[in-house]
This record gives sequence, C-alpha cells and structure tokens, in this order.
Amino acid sequence: MTIKGKAYIAGIYEHPTRHAPDKSTAQLHAEVAKGALEDAGLSAKDVDGYFCAGDAPGGAWPMVDYLGLKVRHIDSTETGGCSYLIHVGHAAEAIAAGKCSIALITLAGKPRTGPMPPRAAGAEADFEMAYGATTHNAYGMCAMRHMHDYGTTSEQLAWIKVAASHHAQYNPHAMLKEVVTVEDVMNSPMISDPLHRMDCCVVTDGGGALIVTTPEIAKSLKKPLVRLIGHGEAMKGPRGGKDLDLTYSAGVWSGPRAFEEAGITPKDIKYASIYDSFTITVLMQLEDLGFCKKGDGGKFVADGNLISGVGKLPFNTDGGGLCSNHPVNRGGMTKVIEAVRQLRGEAHPKVQVQNCDLAIAHGTGGLLGVRHAASTCILERV
Amino acid sequence: MSEAKKLPAPVTNPETKAFWDAAAEGKFLIKRCTACGEAHYFPRSICPFCFSDQTVWEQSAGEGEIYTFSIMRKSPTGPYAIGYVTLKEGPSLQTNFVDCDFDALRIGQKVRVVFKPTDGAPLPFFTPV
Repeated sequence: MTIKGKAYIAGIYEHPTRHAPDKSTAQLHAEVAKGALEDAGLSAKDVDGYFCAGDAPGGAWPMVDYLGLKVRHIDSTETGGCSYLIHVGHAAEAIAAGKCSIALITLAGKPRTGPMPPRAAGAEADFEMAYGATTHNAYGMCAMRHMHDYGTTSEQLAWIKVAASHHAQYNPHAMLKEVVTVEDVMNSPMISDPLHRMDCCVVTDGGGALIVTTPEIAKSLKKPLVRLIGHGEAMKGPRGGKDLDLTYSAGVWSGPRAFEEAGITPKDIKYASIYDSFTITVLMQLEDLGFCKKGDGGKFVADGNLISGVGKLPFNTDGGGLCSNHPVNRGGMTKVIEAVRQLRGEAHPKVQVQNCDLAIAHGTGGLLGVRHAASTCILERV
Repeated sequence: MSEAKKLPAPVTNPETKAFWDAAAEGKFLIKRCTACGEAHYFPRSICPFCFSDQTVWEQSAGEGEIYTFSIMRKSPTGPYAIGYVTLKEGPSLQTNFVDCDFDALRIGQKVRVVFKPTDGAPLPFFTPV
C-alpha cells in the first residue's frame, strides 16, 4: 500500500496580507479556502474532506459549519507548523482509501495583530514550563550544540538568510524585501545565543490553503498537474532524557520514509521548500534529509548554494519565513504552496527553477530543541 | 534570571507528588526502572524505554554537566539562561542556569542542582560548581 501518485495538489492560495487587524481569523480561513478553490477551478460544494490544525477557531467542527461545508472526512491533526504537510499526506491516504475526493486544508491567524493563545501543556509542564523555553531559545540551544559538535559558524547560518533575502526581493508580498549580507545578519542584535535577530523568521498575519484531490479530478481541471509521490512523518523529544542529541530533528525519519516511497534520492530534487523558522532549522533539516552529511550543513549552505540560479539547491524561492511570510507562526503551508508554484512553473521568473519536475516540501512543528514533529512531502510535476 | 521574575508553583499530581515532597526537603529525585535498569527524567510511572511499571524513586547526586544552553537576551523579565544538563546518573533535563555570569557559561561545564522557592514546592535549577 502506498499513496504514491494517488493524490494531486490541484489548488493553492497564499493570502497576500501580512497584517490583518481588520479581519477575523475565521474570515481569513474562509478567504484562503475561497482562493484555493478558485485556483483549482472548484467550488465549496465540491469539498468532501476538511483538514485543519490548532489555528482553526474552535477546531474542525465550528470551521466546517462556518464555511458551510458538507464533508465525509475530517482530520484535525495538530503538529504545529508542520501540521499542513502532515495533512497533505493524510489527505492522500484518505483519497487513496476512497474516504474523500476533494480535500480542503486551511491555515490562518493573526499573531502580528495580537498574542496567540498558549498551547496546552503536556505531562512535562511542572518540569519544564518555569524555565521559559521559547522558539528563539529552543532553536538557540540546537544551534549552540551544533556549533560545538561540528564547528558550524554564525557566518554559515547567515548565508541561509542571505539566500532567502535574494529571493524575497522579487516577491511583491514579502514582508522584508531588502537583500541582506552576511555582515548584516552578524551585526543584527543577539536575540538568544547564538541566534541574531536576522536568524529569526518574520511574524505575520495571514494564511494559506490547499486542495488535494484524485488523479481523475485533477486531470479534469485546467492547472498543470502536481502529484504527491512520497510522504513521511515523525516525532522526536527528550524521551526521558536518554542519549539527548539536539543536533538532529525528526526529519531523519520522515525524510527517508518519503524518499523511499517516492523511489528517488535527494540528488534528484530540483527545488526544496525547507521550513525556516530560524536559519539553524534549515541547516539541520538539510542534513537530516540527506542533502549533505550530518555536520556538513554549514559548508553546504555557504557561498550562495541555496540561491536560485546561483547554487546547487534553490530553496524557499518566495523568500520563505525568514523574509516573506510565516502566517500564524506556522511555516508548513507556505512551503507546500511555493513548491507547487515551482512545479507548475508559476514562481517569479527571476527565481523559477528550470525544468523543475521534482520538489520537496519539508517542515517541523513544535520546538526543535524540546519536542517536535516533522513531515516531508515529495512532489512531482506530471 | 531577574529577581523580579516570580516562579510558578508546580501544580503536581499523584504521579509526581513524591518528587515535589522530596524537593521541599532539598532532595532531587529521578526515576529508575528496575526491569531495564535505565534512569529517566521527568518522572513517569511507566518506563519510557521498556514500558515496565517497575519504576522506583532514586535520589540523584544533583550533579552533571551542561549539554547545551542559550542566553535569552530579549525577555520582559530580563535575560535568562536556558539549557540542558546531563546528570551523572545519565538522563538529560531542561533547566535554567542561575546565580552565575551567563557570558561565562560553556558546554561541558560542571553544574549542581539548587532549589528556588515558589508559593508551592521549590523548583530545581542548576548553577556552575
């Protein structure tokens, strides 16, 4: 049993807003749903599967009612920023099993307008919450140990931001459009050692949506065909504190599962959407996915190797979370959207990868330095 | 850590009450599984390694070394140092490093447990030896 080739991404939409104090969160979900359906050439009446995560107000059933959907399959898997990458895989499973034929996945929210509600505490609460783990310092702890074990430098991490900024200059919706240098990143204020301000992603309001459907329905629509050929998901945490190693993520498991299902290797990938909550997130995930050896990430990302048209692995050609958009502090959705744009040939001409037939969209959710999930989607232009 | 920051009192529950009762006496407990022999932290009734229910409390020496850390520079309550300590007994755990010069912290540095009061049971932190 495999989902390889059994589901197509027929609709994508990224909300152009980066600041939406004048809209409700549910409204943003509806707007991105409408956008993705219009992109696919479908209507809300066609949707028979709905997927959402913790950002959907009230969860799945209030959203299904608010949107006026009539569905026969529901999935509200919540794994932070990679929820939507997992939803793509789960939608493919549901479609392959005949449980639904047109799945809608939405993400939206407004962290730039106001603070987000805290996430529910786990069994670890009494033993961790007082220590103030945040995204910044949890990823800082990973970067600190990666530098210790492998000699990774701040300059190497800075190259990831530099590459994202080169791409963002062509995105009219990007929050930060200015091209920056390694020196700019190094000279930005230290937020949580060793991460500088420019090692961190933007905080934006907004959202995005996807339509996943059957091969038959996708082929009846007008958009270039993009299908899912491999998917993986995994989780990692301190697990009782044994053999703690913060230099790798759950991508070491989700990545190989996805590549095996797809029957390809990292060398075959023409374009990579890699979750970039922080520069270190990208570096560790590139290693974990097998684009380079563990510990060689610093050398791999340096000297513009991630810049489209310059380096060997064009990444996040929309400017990513580091420069363009990080709606609801959850980067998985926009990773899928830009990968589909690349495979369709709809990316900005300045960053479009030539003959882009295989792409990866990968992300993590939760805190890399504490406990997190990872999900990998391998997509193919048909 | 800023002196102004008020520490939250642990909520505690039947599974972890013994840990917090011991903390009130200045003792730092970990759990060990008598089936597989592994120690773990934070404490569970079922071993996370072999799923045996034969876990027992054990007093830790409260000594270990810094696995990693990060100094949070942008915080409304002032800078603090978060990190992981690997205990002599094996398990690694999340903590804050306190009563020290944050800029002198380094990976591998020896640290020991120190309890800080809350409105309930005291909380364990670590400080350089």
